[in-house]
Amino acid sequence: MVTQKQDTTTESTDSKIQGDAIPKTTTPKLEIKDVGKIFKTKSGETVALEKTSFTVEDGEFVTILGPSGCGKSTILRIVAGLEESTSGQVLLDGQEINGPGPDRGMVFQSYTLYPWLNVKDNITFGLKLKNVPQKERDDLARHYLQLIGLVGFEKHYPIQLSGGMKQRVAIARALANDPKILIMDEPFGALDAQTRTIMQEVLLKAWEESKKTILFITHDVDESIFLADSVYVMTARPGRLKKKIPITLERPREFSMKSTVEFGNYKEELLSLIREESLKSIH
Amino acid sequence: MANKWFTPKKEIPKKIYTSVGFITFLVVLGLWSILSYSGFVNAIFLPTPTTVLATAVKLFVSGDILLDIGISFSRVFTGFLVAALIGIPLGILMGSLRIMEGAFEPIIGFIRYMPASAFIPLLILWIGLGEAEKMSVIFLGTFFQLTLMVMDVTKNVQNDLIDVSYTLGAKNIQLFTKVILPASLPGIVDTLRITFGWAWTYLVVAEIVGASSGLGHMIMQASRFLQPDKIIVGILIIGLLGLITDIMFKSIYRASFSWMRKDGF
Repeated sequence: MVTQKQDTTTESTDSKIQGDAIPKTTTPKLEIKDVGKIFKTKSGETVALEKTSFTVEDGEFVTILGPSGCGKSTILRIVAGLEESTSGQVLLDGQEINGPGPDRGMVFQSYTLYPWLNVKDNITFGLKLKNVPQKERDDLARHYLQLIGLVGFEKHYPIQLSGGMKQRVAIARALANDPKILIMDEPFGALDAQTRTIMQEVLLKAWEESKKTILFITHDVDESIFLADSVYVMTARPGRLKKKIPITLERPREFSMKSTVEFGNYKEELLSLIREESLKSIH
Repeated sequence: MANKWFTPKKEIPKKIYTSVGFITFLVVLGLWSILSYSGFVNAIFLPTPTTVLATAVKLFVSGDILLDIGISFSRVFTGFLVAALIGIPLGILMGSLRIMEGAFEPIIGFIRYMPASAFIPLLILWIGLGEAEKMSVIFLGTFFQLTLMVMDVTKNVQNDLIDVSYTLGAKNIQLFTKVILPASLPGIVDTLRITFGWAWTYLVVAEIVGASSGLGHMIMQASRFLQPDKIIVGILIIGLLGLITDIMFKSIYRASFSWMRKDGF
């Protein structure tokens, strides 16, 4: 049964993804063009990421789903400018990106709050670098504290916060900087299952309010569906986009949607896609 | 009950913890008393605790020793200060820029194995017998270790913390001042505490040759005139001064880095 599905998907994959890569009449928010990454090692060259192309529309929530070690983090780090690709280019609002910058905010899986700054100073860190006046910084901090539900914690230091709280602050810090796109590298990967579902709702609320474009990596199938407008499934190493699945569940998303038939269908489709890849990466 | 005290890595009541430390002191003092009061060891080699105490009181009353303490402290402090002023920035640069590490790590790693005391004859030739020579010994004794330790501390700053700073708009200079420096500051203060302790141990070496004052000089003089009580007083004072500076650094650490503790105090 699985093999049957495999045949149909691989057939449709190439045409579908290439179709998406062709620019539409309006410039997409983010355009990834033939981006690939090859690592040079002692034993030769390792392809971490095959030439990959896709676009993300303004305000779109895109999740990338893939087995571990498939190079999905590599894509994100290239988009963030933290790593250089060996081929292709990344365009943000039609402009080629070159190195990291504040127009691409990022949230990591590891906790990256500045431990010596309290919650409020963490949130306003980027604003301070930009010399945003104190009054405006205070207002923005208040706004984002409200948005992530941490009012009353502004004077707390990261060590006093739970993992979920730290990631909320990391999201607020990235959003307060008003980036053009928010890049998230398995931000809830280190959290327990209960906290994770709550964080997904917090993030969706923040996304709906801020209208940001989000590129989000996960290996959690439920998470990829629940959050996304489009899910991209990646192949095992060497990484390649295998399929794009638009998620048409209505918004705003509710926790209860996870138990609907529609959600279940998406899940089944994605699970079988990802299972093939996981099996490949084991062998 | 007592069995629990000997279980590996098991906490014991705070009272017990402090008492055993106190008891160890008493045991040492007791052994010293038995050996000296009984006359088992000749007083020329080991004076009694009361003699040492009397000598200490006499030295403090006459004020001579305060002068020695002052001059020794200024030597240790100045030599160490110069080492820290150069070593901290250099260590930070070495810990964050590979090119700086490549340039300086090999030579510092080499020199640090050369004993500071072996440089004394060379230092005397170069800069004479003055204060600068004493301070240079302290400097040589601490600078290289300090620099390498600061480098290690800086290297341990989480890479993601630096990456996230770039995505928040930090430029290179800001990365040093706003991220790398504050992130490594606790480790740097701790490094200073440890290396300042070492600076005290180089003091006697620095004051052996050509000194006419200082605790090291006093100890050497006392040895020449067979005054073991004075030697012991000198050693104890150096130990105490080291301990006091250690406590000072620890309290600076506690006061400055409350963000490292859950209770925030």
